[in-house]
Amino acid sequence: MTFDDFLLAFFSLDILRQAWPILWSGFKITLLLSAIVVPLGVIGGTVLALLSTVRSRWVRWPLIAWVDLFRALPPLVLLVFVYAGLPFAGIEVSAIGAVAIGFFLNTGAYYGEVLRAGIESVPRGQLEAARSTGLTRWQTMAHVVLPQAVRNVLPDLISNTLEVVKLTSIASVVALPELLFQARQAQSVTYNATPIMAAAVIYFLLLWPVVRLLSRLENRQIAGRR
Amino acid sequence: MTAATPIVQAPIVQARGIHKHFGALHVLKGVDLVVAERELVFVIGPSGSGKSTLLRCLNRLEDPSGGSITVDGIDMLDRGTDINKARQRIGMVFQSFNLYPHMTALGNVALALRKVLGLDRPAAEARARAALERVHLADRAGHYPGQLSGGQQQRVAIARAIALEPRVMLFDEPTSALDPELVGGVLAAMRELRESGMTMVVVSHEMGFAKAAADRVIFMDDGRILEQGPPAAIFGNPQHERTRAFIGQIERH
Amino acid sequence: MTNWDRFLDSFFNLRVAAEYLPKIIEGFWLTILLAGCIILAGIAAGLALAVVRSFAIRPLNWLIIFLVDLFRALPPLVIIALLYFGLPAAGLSLSGFAAAWLSLSLVLMAFTEEIFWAGITAVPKGQWEAARSTGLRFFQTLTLVVLPQALRMTIPPLTNRTIAITKGTALASVVAVPDILGAAQAGVSFSFNPTPLTLGAIAYVVLFFPVVILGRWVETRFAWKR
Repeated sequence: MTFDDFLLAFFSLDILRQAWPILWSGFKITLLLSAIVVPLGVIGGTVLALLSTVRSRWVRWPLIAWVDLFRALPPLVLLVFVYAGLPFAGIEVSAIGAVAIGFFLNTGAYYGEVLRAGIESVPRGQLEAARSTGLTRWQTMAHVVLPQAVRNVLPDLISNTLEVVKLTSIASVVALPELLFQARQAQSVTYNATPIMAAAVIYFLLLWPVVRLLSRLENRQIAGRR
Repeated sequence: MTAATPIVQAPIVQARGIHKHFGALHVLKGVDLVVAERELVFVIGPSGSGKSTLLRCLNRLEDPSGGSITVDGIDMLDRGTDINKARQRIGMVFQSFNLYPHMTALGNVALALRKVLGLDRPAAEARARAALERVHLADRAGHYPGQLSGGQQQRVAIARAIALEPRVMLFDEPTSALDPELVGGVLAAMRELRESGMTMVVVSHEMGFAKAAADRVIFMDDGRILEQGPPAAIFGNPQHERTRAFIGQIERH
Repeated sequence: MTNWDRFLDSFFNLRVAAEYLPKIIEGFWLTILLAGCIILAGIAAGLALAVVRSFAIRPLNWLIIFLVDLFRALPPLVIIALLYFGLPAAGLSLSGFAAAWLSLSLVLMAFTEEIFWAGITAVPKGQWEAARSTGLRFFQTLTLVVLPQALRMTIPPLTNRTIAITKGTALASVVAVPDILGAAQAGVSFSFNPTPLTLGAIAYVVLFFPVVILGRWVETRFAWKR
């Protein structure tokens, strides 16, 4: 195979021009999907993190089991289970519904762990000071503890969000027409790798700035923690 | 040897016209330093005067921008010199101890014996133990740095350096990071080392030690050696206004 | 048939379970094999890159940083698709196993390099100076003094990252690898019953639940303070 063949197989401008409209629509679906699953995961994670501050063991142990269960299941397994399994129980779910449920369970557990670590990183004195001024438990959480917790684990939150956005690509497995799905469609029609290469480039351009930012934040974090 | 005796032995350290730039900063502006065998040279001066940099140039932890350095007959700035071999002959003790936290005291001392001198483990550990004995810490051989006081850590660091049987020892503010009550043990170890005939260059603010043990005191200011002489002369009758002011400041503390 | 019976018959059908259990078990071992290969190659390559980076050779370092950013920004499934569906267009084909192994190894390599590098830079300069002042060479100092300290700091983040990425082995089912998920999906389409998926989910929990617990333990055992 010559270099020209290679260029033609991965970087064909002709193919790119043909595939561009559906790649673009896939890109928009990817953004939309991220805009749905990231907030869902954050909400789920916040609930889990708040529950983890409850001292009762009747809350604590089921909570840990829940979080670890969904950290142990690969997200794709969860997604396929919801999408292909639930109809057998008489519950029909659309592809986007399956993605929403699967991501809520999986990424919620991860956001929950990050936020819990954040809450634990806030010194107890903060809580005591706030309560001593008459703030209620929930006011203390919302105004004093959570803001500091989020700041303390900001790199982990961003990193988790990056992973969630990347993870939306598995929605292609349940035929949701996001970027990777459309690229695969275009590739199988043209028998040319350019559309997948284009999708990879789009992902890279979208997420590279985030990776750069993270790399800086993480280095500072490790240097600061020792 | 007393402080007043003229130096007759062959010099071990010969540094001539040392310059050092950090970017636009000119930290050493042509320093000459000659240290004779068995001599203890004490370097004082305000912070930023370049005394630590001078010390770190001697074993080339910093590369001087100009000048020449010979230690024990070896040209330290020659590209052909095996710098790691040369460094075996120059022990160094740091302000922050810099013990390896993942190794015991014995492991800290034995590491270079095994990896630089190529001794096998039993031989290296026997020699490391002897070095710890010299700083009176043989009973702490199995402790990790985190389990030792700052003073003990610094003495282990001294053992780590002397185990290699260097020809000269460099001390970079060895007691500055210590609580006052821990300084004595480190100074005692240094004094014993001095009595055994070790050649030493010490950067420190411990004026009492300088008066009692130094052969020569050097006062550095703004990248230059401003004056030098026996401790009695420097402390008792400094020639420069800057020296007088600096010593006055230190002694008031 | 009550709803409950129908549910049991769908998701916990013993006849179907007995029939497909052997396939799931085969998939179980295949998943372990794939995960093992990824961990070995990914961590070794990541460590090698971090060591090379510490030599501070400018153009080489830019290349390493770019590689790391690239494989942190691209979704693993996109890399797998590019290798598996894209390469044949250039006349080169990889097996599904090889494509999944290579892709996930590259991803783990990127994260590992980042983590090791952060660990190496977090070791104080004085450690280098002390070791060099006793005559140790650069490489001796790196391997005997700096890396042991760096590795200890990197164990928690590395463990978590490795777990997350090896869970990605489920993605291999997309490229026709009969791993746990692949075997389970095949079972569902042959038997028209979701029980194989239940078995698959259980298999993943059996495999990863202990690992997640291990991750928790490591987190507390190797806490940052020393």
